[in-house]
Amino acid sequence: MNTQYVDRLSRTDRDMILTLVPEAVRVLDLGCGDCSLLGELVAKRQVRGTGVDINGEQLVNGLVHGINVYQGDLDEGLVDFPDQSYDYVILNQTLQVVKNPLLVLNEMLRIGRYGIVGFPNFAQWQLRRGLFFGGRAPKSPSLPFEWYDTPNIRVLSIRDFFDYCRQQRIDVVQARYLMAGRWVQRFPGMVLTNLLAHIGLFVITRAS
Amino acid sequence: MESNSVGLVTPRTFTFGSVEEPMVLESGRTLGPVDIVYETYGEPNADRSNAILICHALSGDHHAAGHHDPHDRRSGWWDNMIGPGKGFDTNRYWVICSNIIGGCKGSTGPVSIHPATGEPYRLAFPVVTIGDMVEAQKRLLDHLQVRRLYSMAGGSMGGFQVLEWALRYPERVRSAICIASAARLSAQAIAFNTVGRSAITRDPEWHAGGYEGRGPEQGLATARMVGHITYLSEILLDAKFGRRLQSADRFCYNFTNEFAIESYLNYKGSAFTERFDANSYLYITKAMDYFDISRSYGPLKQAFARVAARCLFVSYSSDWLFPTSQTKEMVRAMLCNSKPVSFIEVDSPYGHDAFLVEEEKLTRIVSGFLEGVAR
Repeated sequence: MNTQYVDRLSRTDRDMILTLVPEAVRVLDLGCGDCSLLGELVAKRQVRGTGVDINGEQLVNGLVHGINVYQGDLDEGLVDFPDQSYDYVILNQTLQVVKNPLLVLNEMLRIGRYGIVGFPNFAQWQLRRGLFFGGRAPKSPSLPFEWYDTPNIRVLSIRDFFDYCRQQRIDVVQARYLMAGRWVQRFPGMVLTNLLAHIGLFVITRAS
Repeated sequence: MESNSVGLVTPRTFTFGSVEEPMVLESGRTLGPVDIVYETYGEPNADRSNAILICHALSGDHHAAGHHDPHDRRSGWWDNMIGPGKGFDTNRYWVICSNIIGGCKGSTGPVSIHPATGEPYRLAFPVVTIGDMVEAQKRLLDHLQVRRLYSMAGGSMGGFQVLEWALRYPERVRSAICIASAARLSAQAIAFNTVGRSAITRDPEWHAGGYEGRGPEQGLATARMVGHITYLSEILLDAKFGRRLQSADRFCYNFTNEFAIESYLNYKGSAFTERFDANSYLYITKAMDYFDISRSYGPLKQAFARVAARCLFVSYSSDWLFPTSQTKEMVRAMLCNSKPVSFIEVDSPYGHDAFLVEEEKLTRIVSGFLEGVAR
């Protein structure tokens, strides 16, 4: 059941990302897996895309669909990619699994004009409840892992992300929140947003 | 013969140029007439737009797939990659593999007859470059009426030819696969080539290149032994041989082939002398040493601006002769020019040789890429 729910979540992520990417732009997808999101962006948005992932076997699927792929470890940076060589750099459901999230965010905004960052909100109320009453490391349908096998090594909330952007002079241009299965664009107040959103999805850019 | 083999194949020879109208080489010297031996697998489509050129490495030749006669135990050097349903699928593509000039497998080289003397060229053969090899291949493709290659592929020195093609004739290469290669031969690789050449030229049987018959077999065998070490990896040598002794379980305290690795290398060395000419080894390694994209086309970023082909670069994690860092240098140059490029580093313990033996992984990558080129 959990995996189904997670699949549906990732489906809804993708639909939302599709609406955030303009047509015919250059897109770099970091942690692209089998390049299926890029495949959709190429088909529906006519973008020129490149996918980066640490897993070469998965990238072969991108090659089959004519997508350019690059095997690499995000934690080592992306020195082979020149400054401002893409319009959009996507980092969906990946920020929480890298060792050097700050390096990755910096690289994103060095390489691309805009970044699209999506991550699970670890301050969502069900997770808080689990921790508070259950006294156990938080789990939810979108975060079904045990403490010992979770790929999520960076635990952050929507509020944390906004704080970081403010510190680093990064502009959050657009925000989308997944709440109770629906995407919401604006919500009154950070406190409630941070309590209710399962997932946050942001378009960011380096303040000029 | 397995069902996915291209079966029996017959090499063909194409001749161009003459003593009066020779090919002008990069060195300024001339060569003519020039023979190019090649094989083809699969069938060309109506407009010959499904052709794939395969470029061989130092010790390879035109015989890339299939068998020359039914009793032949040895198949072509890339038989695991070329055939019906294989990485280079001969049901879909017309695969061509030609033999480089300067070699000793039929194309014009130091063992060919010099038209002026009626004797083998030997050291009178002009030094050729990767560019000259490509020029000769281009004449062959003109003859075969291939205007634009669907793709081309090569590993190691074969990769040099792929790169030279993509830079010299960008309009004739739709896509290119460069495997375990580099934009220039590194000082370390030149160093190993130097040892190999030195072993040959110091062999008294070399006679300043003028040997007849078998020639400097000891030197050539030593050259091959050194070369062979560079194609493998430490982890593979440890796993395959370790410190194992060949036959006894106690030391003999003499200089016979005691260790398994010793015996293996000696075998590889002498087997090589059966199928290779020592002077050819000098010429081909020299052509590799000279290869340097920057020297011919400027700094890499500038050089790769010329490339029109969609490119795939493959490297192997344990390859220390052509390490991943050297492949990435080219990928970076392509990205700097916003050129369509893909890069995959295959995790493998087989060292530089991986491109010949890791066929399962390479098949998926190559067939996927070739499929994507049409999109």
